[in-house]
Parts: sequence; structure tokens; C-alpha cells
Amino acid sequence: MTRRDWLPWLIVALIAAALPWAFYDWPHHRHAGFVLGMLSQMGLMTILALSYNMLLGQAGLFSLCHATFFGFGGYAMVHFLNAAGDNMLPVPMELMPLLAGLASLGLAIVFGSMATKQRATAFAMITLGIGELVATAALMFHHFFGGEGGVKTDRMIDQSLFHLTYSSGIQVYYLILAWTFIAAILMRLLTITPLGRMANACRDNFERAQFMGYDPRMVRFIQFALAGFFAGIGGGLYAITYEIVTFDAVASPLSANALLMAYIGGTMVFAGPVLGAVLITLLQSGVSLMSNSWLIYVGVLFIAMVTFAPTGLSGIILAHQPLWRAGRLSRLAVPYLRLLPAGLAVVLGFVGLVELLSFLTIGAEQGKRLVLFGSPVDSTSAWPWAITGALLLVGGAWLHKEAHRFSRVWEAVTDDLKDARA
Amino acid sequence: MDVFIISLLNGLVYGMLLFMLASGLTLIFSMMGVLNFAHASIYMLGAYLAFETSRWVGFWPALIVAPALCGLLGAAIEVWGLRRVHRNGHIAELLFTFGLVFIIGRSVQMGWGMLPEPYRVPALLDFPLFTLYGLQFPAYRAFMLLVSAGMLGAIWLLLKRTRIGLIIQAALTHPDMVASLGHNVPQVFTIVFAGGCLLAGLAGVIGGNYQSTEPGMADAMGPIVFVVVVFGGLGSLAGCFIASIIMGMVSTFAVVIDASVADALRPFGIALRADDLLGEILTVPVARIGALLPLLMMVLILLFRPRGLMGTRDT
Amino acid sequence: MKCQRILAAIVFAVLGIAVSAAPSRAADDTIKIGYVDPLSGPFAATGSNFLKVFSYVLGIVNAEGGPLGGKKYELVTFDSKLQPAEALIALKSITDQNLPFVMHCVGSNVGSAMVDAVSKHNARNPDNRVIYLNCGALATELTNEQCDFWQFRFTANVDQRAVARIKTLPKSVTSVYVMNQDYLFGQSVQKATVKYLAQYRPDIKVVADELVPFGKVQDFSPYVAKIKASGAQSLVTSNYDRDLNLLLKAGNDAGLDIRYDVYLAHQPGGPTSIGAAGDNRLTSVMEFNDNVPAAENNEAAQKFVDGFRAKADFNFIPLDYLTMFRMLTAAINKAGSTDALKVALALEGMKMTDLMGDENIMRAEDHQLLSPLREAVFTKSAKLDAEHTGLGWKEEAKLTAADLTLPTTCKMKRPTQ
Repeated sequence: MTRRDWLPWLIVALIAAALPWAFYDWPHHRHAGFVLGMLSQMGLMTILALSYNMLLGQAGLFSLCHATFFGFGGYAMVHFLNAAGDNMLPVPMELMPLLAGLASLGLAIVFGSMATKQRATAFAMITLGIGELVATAALMFHHFFGGEGGVKTDRMIDQSLFHLTYSSGIQVYYLILAWTFIAAILMRLLTITPLGRMANACRDNFERAQFMGYDPRMVRFIQFALAGFFAGIGGGLYAITYEIVTFDAVASPLSANALLMAYIGGTMVFAGPVLGAVLITLLQSGVSLMSNSWLIYVGVLFIAMVTFAPTGLSGIILAHQPLWRAGRLSRLAVPYLRLLPAGLAVVLGFVGLVELLSFLTIGAEQGKRLVLFGSPVDSTSAWPWAITGALLLVGGAWLHKEAHRFSRVWEAVTDDLKDARA
Repeated sequence: MDVFIISLLNGLVYGMLLFMLASGLTLIFSMMGVLNFAHASIYMLGAYLAFETSRWVGFWPALIVAPALCGLLGAAIEVWGLRRVHRNGHIAELLFTFGLVFIIGRSVQMGWGMLPEPYRVPALLDFPLFTLYGLQFPAYRAFMLLVSAGMLGAIWLLLKRTRIGLIIQAALTHPDMVASLGHNVPQVFTIVFAGGCLLAGLAGVIGGNYQSTEPGMADAMGPIVFVVVVFGGLGSLAGCFIASIIMGMVSTFAVVIDASVADALRPFGIALRADDLLGEILTVPVARIGALLPLLMMVLILLFRPRGLMGTRDT
Repeated sequence: MKCQRILAAIVFAVLGIAVSAAPSRAADDTIKIGYVDPLSGPFAATGSNFLKVFSYVLGIVNAEGGPLGGKKYELVTFDSKLQPAEALIALKSITDQNLPFVMHCVGSNVGSAMVDAVSKHNARNPDNRVIYLNCGALATELTNEQCDFWQFRFTANVDQRAVARIKTLPKSVTSVYVMNQDYLFGQSVQKATVKYLAQYRPDIKVVADELVPFGKVQDFSPYVAKIKASGAQSLVTSNYDRDLNLLLKAGNDAGLDIRYDVYLAHQPGGPTSIGAAGDNRLTSVMEFNDNVPAAENNEAAQKFVDGFRAKADFNFIPLDYLTMFRMLTAAINKAGSTDALKVALALEGMKMTDLMGDENIMRAEDHQLLSPLREAVFTKSAKLDAEHTGLGWKEEAKLTAADLTLPTTCKMKRPTQ
């Protein structure tokens, strides 16, 4: 990796460090807790998604129990923090996530030795079973998991390398940021080690990798254990952030989230899952505040992504790279602009219809006013329905036409590029 | 003894309901390699459609209308959705069905609200069939057994006696070969997917009033159906049937056993108390972990026999 | 290719949703309360039913003339998804907006996290404190070991409900089968039930004390067979929602001839699922029901009930919530502002007469509301039915706040003023 490769990392780090200050609440002289919470959550989810991609993208392992290791790291962290609070664990706060990671590493070694004997669907199903078993056990056994109420802790343990108390969200955010970067850099470096390369080989051609004298099971096992380690670090930071860990942290929805983030972001590019983590967190914490129908938007987004953009967000961006290098990106500007209003019409129509519908059956009884796009709307009159319906239909037809146009331009530009190279 | 016989009957009813759901899923899974996460959502939709239909024209037409609608929906999903996604790989297909779960779940809430619906057993079948040791066995449960047995027979005839059945059977084990022989495999896929959804819808019609018709019913049934399919093995309807019955029985009988591992150890002079983690695990009675047993059985069988109970090829 | 246009669509999807259904800007004459409960996902029904109740109650309280010279209450809703982490993110948003109150009803796990988080927040940010109005996290621990100065619970806790449940069991019952869900709430009820059975009804034999997996049982027939074999006269259970509906359905299918003495059968959706099967054999413990006003000839309360029946398709049970807002109004008026510390001090020990003329007390020691509970039977002979089932709740017994005053182990730490 050359010095140039690290430039984007530096830029992202600077932006991430500066972002909380952009939302600083000057009149009250404090940080915007919600934004800080969401940014922290993005950091945690980034670690989760990147570590999950060690399995899905890099080793072709379709795991359904990644949250198990994330959550286990969280539970372990709570117990570590409580021990530290009782002055029984003299480890500075900054190094604590490492302990959580090691705890998860231990669990991943146990489960990995079982699951990684198989691959493909059998592997997926074993991990599904393990995930469900741990989640159910978390509700049942109180000594470690605290049952449904979870385990609580206080992060102000007064042990710090830099004499920080971690009473405020901003200190925790910078701790998360630092660890997210440490974990991400380590994971990036792992991809260029022989282990990382062999994981790719086992993913692409199982038999050939075997012929080369490597044991694919061993490669899978090590990759699985290390992914568990990094997920555990994320879980440890989760425990520091929320000061409580409940069974949701090991439950299957979080495992599914890891999968979705990695896939939506794009599994074939190292940074892809980061995009996915940011987008999904925005949807979950941001959009769910505005609409109770957010799950339907998530559903539609997934279906659109898997249908039209299987390479994920990062794949789409990468497809533009050759054009960018050749300086032809500007030719796409006008077609993109033409797509904009049509796409906007479809989205507005769709969102409007969903909100109207769900308001009619659910919202109205709650005595809420329907506010659509900033203005109150009467869902019983015909007008809003007609407008949104028309938007959706006309927009759809328009988008269809524009999309055809766009794909013609796109093909022309890429053909030109090929000719120029030839 | 009395508890045993009654549990046997109830286990059979539940097992057959599971089979009705799992048979469609196993066909889809075996042929297309898609673990259809939305299968239980179709089951829920079947129950809601049956409730809505039975409100207007009664239960018996609903028994036909609701599954047919579910089948049509399945065909539409396959033709316009899955087929396009197919070229993007298995994980894309899986995520596609994942998206469907969210959409169907929220649509049901938007259409029927969030409270349970009063979908009741038809008056004609609302009587106790016989009484066993003071407990009645309702006629509706016998009817459920009848419907599922009829369905089992119908599938068997379809697969063994018709041309399309033979092609489906061949495609279960050797999909590439079937395509090479010039059969329209995509069309077979559509038929199988629609058929699977139809069965799920039928299960919804008779399961919706056996359980309760509410937005949470898909989440409640989803995991156990997967377990049945994987436990039974890919490409084997017989395996799926046996797995369904086993899981029905296990879920039913686990409840009856109040003993724990600690109880079994007591005769050997080992006394355990639930003070620490190990003690806590060992003193939990089997009845409490009944829900865990199917998962445990699935993990164990996959560890030692990755193709499942009667699978014809590796998963 | 196609992916490009879809990218554009996705970007706009995100932007487009961002503008939909945004909370409206409120003027200065409102007092905003952050309301955190599940509004999407499997538990959305519970959250949205509470919202219906609150929107009705707030309509009345606001019409009566709100605090500080007629200010109006307004709920700002947040989706907890029944996950503590999500609820805590919502709490941050609430404190960002300087809302002085956070209200939460569904889930003792979220409630426990909320007590803890509010306590830590108030200690770390003394200039931006909030009060946690607990309207439904029932676990007794929240006002015992875990009690906190900033939490006020406006609903009877598990122990109070258990006392009411046990004391109202008929004398003829001599053996009970205790069944609860295997999670925080169920286990809490289990302990309380067994404890108070031994205390108040030593004549009753507990033939079985069972925990069932929460929300995982698809068919309760095997349990029914066990209950039948045990020969119990009554099934005492805190199961609710699906676990109660399926249990009653299985019991009815099998012709199980026992009493069902239940904790939470009156919750929205319960009557619909139970239907005629529950006639005269199902009882539940509740704060209030639609038939109470007529039985006690209380016209004002009757108007209150009729108003809700016209608006919602389930019964109004939680009378405590009307008391909650009236107490809050009185406390804010006494404090002269919405400053959390002043309001909290004003709420402590407050006494208020509720709609039915009974005295309610917000106990200062543990911030637990002491209010009456009623035991009612689900019957066809009730005047007003529940959820259009033809059956309704008919009161059989009533326990006053004094009956339900239980000792507390709370050692509250009060902030230094």
C-alpha cells in the first residue's frame, strides 16, 4: 500500500472528527446529543459491517450469527467495566475494547471450530442455529446475560491513559472513532497478508486452493475467529456508549443488519460496508423518527439494490472510476440531471402514497396530524391521493424513458473509452 | 398416559401444519437454492386474506380463494422479481425475499391494522369430535389433519404421476441437466414458487384460526419452518415430512417434561443449585427450553450430517 | 447502465423520506413531552394503542386548561423499537430539544434502561435535566432496588397487581396453576404471585408453577393437557397478547373447565382474540373499565368513557393516565415552571382525587403511584361490551389505594439543591 492509498483514510478521519462540531449547539454550549449518538452508532456499525465483510466479501462465508460476537463482546465489556468499577481490573478505559475483543475471539474459536467445518448453506444454517441459541440463552440465563433487562454498568471508572472521565458523549465518540480506525486499518492490512489472499482464493475456487496445499477449513476458521475478534471490539464500544447491553445485541435482527450493511455498501470493495453502515444507521435512527413506515422504505431499498445494483453503493461509484480517469465524467452530467426530476417524482409519489395509506389505517386513530413534505394534509379528501398517485404513475413512465436514454449515453461513453484504449 | 396420547395427537396436528408450510419451502429451496425468508409472510397473508374473504362469502370459498391469491402473488414475485435478481447471485435473492418480509409485514399492518383479527373456526366445524381422558379433541383439528393429508396425497400424485412432476423431481437434484435437456426451467421455477406460495397460503387459511391472526404471526412461524427444511434435507419431500412430524412432536412433548439435567444427576449423588452459570444451565427444566430444542437438533444434525436427515445432496 | 439511475433514485429516496411527516413546529404555548415506545415492528400495536389513549386523554386535559395559564401538552413521538439502545438514542434527541419530560410505557427492559440513563444524564448535565414519566414498565424493582429520584411511575406495579389478583380470588378456589412467560416481567409476576399466595391465601395449593417461552409457543394444547392432569381449579397467569390468546384458545378447544384468573387480559386485542370462549370464566385485574361509571352513577366518567368509545375500537382501561397528566399540571403550576427539579419535588407526595372520586397518592419514598385496582369478569351480561365482541368487563371487586400500599425497599438518593 502506497502513501497515496492512505489519503482517503486521512480525509475521512478529519471529516469524522470535525462532524460533531458542525452540529454544535452554540446557544446552549453543548453538543447535539442526537447527532453524536447517531455518529457513535455509525462508528459501531462500521466495525460490525467491516468485520462481517471479512466473512462475506473476503472469504465468501455467509454467516448469520455475527451479532453473537458483537453482543458477547458487549456483555463481556459490561462485566469488565463493573469489575473495574469495583477496583478489580486496573486496565485503562482506552484499552478495554481490546479485552472485549479477546473475549469474543474466545467464543468465535469455540463456535468457529464447529461451524467452519462446513461451507455454503450448511455453514449459513449452523450459524443461524448458533445465533438463535445464544439469543434464546441470553434471555434465559441471568448470571451472565441478565435476562431481558440486560446488564448495566457505569463507564466512569476513573481509569484513563489521558485522564478523561468519559462523562460526556463527545469523549466517547472520539474513543469510538479511534478504535474504529484502528480496527479498520488492521482489517485492511489483513487483506494483504497471505491469510487474506488465501481467504479470497478459497472464496473464488475452493478446490484449487486445496490443491495449492492450503487447508481451506483452517483459513475459514482463522478468518471466522478474527472477524469475531473485531466484532467483539465493536461490541465493547457499544457497551461503553450505552452503558447497558441487552439481548438485542446478540439477537438475529442485528446479524441481519450486518449482512444488509455489508451488501448494500458493496462487499467487493474494502470500504463498501462503511457506506452501508452509514446509510442503514441513517435510515434506522433518522428516518424512523419521521415515519413509522420506515421498514417499508428499507424493504423497497433492498429490493431495488439487489435487483439493479448487486455490486452495492461502492460498486456503483467504482463503475465511474474509468470515466473519471479519462476525464469523460462530464458527459454524464446532463443525463444525470435529467434523471433527477423523474426520480424525485417517483419517490415523492411513493412516499406520499405509503404515508397516506398508513395514516388512514393506523395514524389517524392516534390523533396525529399528517404532515407530508412540511405541510399538513387531510388524508380523507381525494386531492392528496390523486396527486401522489399521478406523481407515481407519470414519474414512473418518465423515469423509465429517461433511464433508457441514460443507459444509451452510458454505453456510448464506455464504448468510446474502449475505442480510445484500443 | 393420558397426557401422552393427547400430546401425540396435538403434535401430529402441529407437525402437519409445519409440513404444509415447509413442503413448499423445501421445493423452492431445493430447486432454486433460495431460502425464501418471506415464506412465513405469505402464510400470514393467507390467513388475513382468508379472514377477509370469509367475512364476505364464508369460510369454504376462502379455503380456495385465499391460497389461489397467494399462488398468483408468488407467480408475480417470481416472474417480475426473483427472475431478475437470479443473475445477481444467491445472496441477492435472499436479500430480495428479506425486503419482501418488511414490505408484506407493513402492508398487512396498513391494510388490517395492528390488533388481532377475529378470524374464527367455521360454525360447522366448531364442536368437539371426541373426548379423551376428560379433554376434548376439536373437530377443526381433525379437519386440519384431513386437509394436510389430502395435500400430501395431492403433491405425491403430482410429483409421481404427471410429466411436470417428473421434471420438477429431476430439477430438484440435477437442475443443470434438466435445462440441458431443453426443458423450460424458468417456467418450472415459476410453477414451483407459485405452488409453494399456494401451499403457504393454504396453511395460513387453516392455521390462522387455529392460532391467532395478527401481524406477529409471520415472525413467530418463520424460524421453525427453516429449521424443518434444513433438518429434513435438501431435495427430499420425505425428509421434510419426517422432520415436520419430529419437530411437531418435539415441541409438544418437551413441554410435558418437567425434569432437568440436574434431576437426572441427582440419583448419582450430584446436587446442583442454580447459583452460578453452570448450575443455572443444568437446573433449567426441559419444558422451559422446549423452544430451543429444534434449533439444537438442527445444529447437531448439520455438524454430523451436513446434507440433513434425508437430503439427496450437500446443502 | 441501470445501476446509475437506481443510485439516483436511492439518493432521492433518502432525501424524500427525510421531509415526510416531520414533526410540526410548536409555538411557545406548548409543553412538549418526549414519548418513546415501539411504533414499528412486531410490537408496534402496543405503542400505537398507547398513543391513541394519550391523544384522547391529552385532548381532555388540554381542554380543561393546561398548566401555567393554559399551556397545551404536546407529545413528540420516538420509536423505541422495544430496544434499549434505540430508546437511549431517542432520549438524547429529547434532551437535545430541551424537553423537560420523557414518557415511556412498553417494556420493563426499556424502562430499566431508561431509569438508569435518565439518572446518569441528570447527574452529568445538571443544566438540562429531564423527568422520566413511567406509564407502563411494571417490574417492581424499578421502584424498589433500582428506584430513582427522576422516575415517577404512574401505574400499579407487579407486586400491587399480584396483591390485587390474589386478594380477589374467590374463597372457593383451593388449587391454582401458576403460569408465566419466561422473561423479566413474567418472572417478576411469578415471584410476586407465589409470595402473596403464601401470605394472603395459605389455603390455596399451588399445583404447578411454570414458565413458558415468551412468544415462542405455537400450540398451547400440551400445556392444557398438563393443566387438566394437575386438577387445578384456576389458572393464574400473566401471559398476554399472543401467549394468552393461544392459551385460551387451546383451553377452549379442549373443553378445559377451569377459571382463568389473569393479569392482563383486558389489554387491547385481548377481548377480540378470546371472544365468547371467555364468558364468565375469565377475570382480569385493571385500573378501570367501561362499565365502572354506570355502576357507580358517575356522569362525568360516563361522558369520558363514551367519548373514547366513539373514537377507538378498544376499551379505555388506564384511568391512571388521566390522573398522571392532572398531577403533572398541578406540579408544574406549583413549581411555576417546567424545571425538572422543581416539578419533581412538587410531584413527590402529591395527592389527587381521580375521576371516580378515589384518592391517588404519588408516594414520596419510591415515586410509585398508589391508586385503586379493580377485578372484573369477562361476561355477556356486561352493559358495554369490549371491542364489539358482545362481552364486556363487569367489576367484581375493588381494592383501594390503601389496600395496595406495600412496603418499599427504595433508598432514594435526592439531588442536593
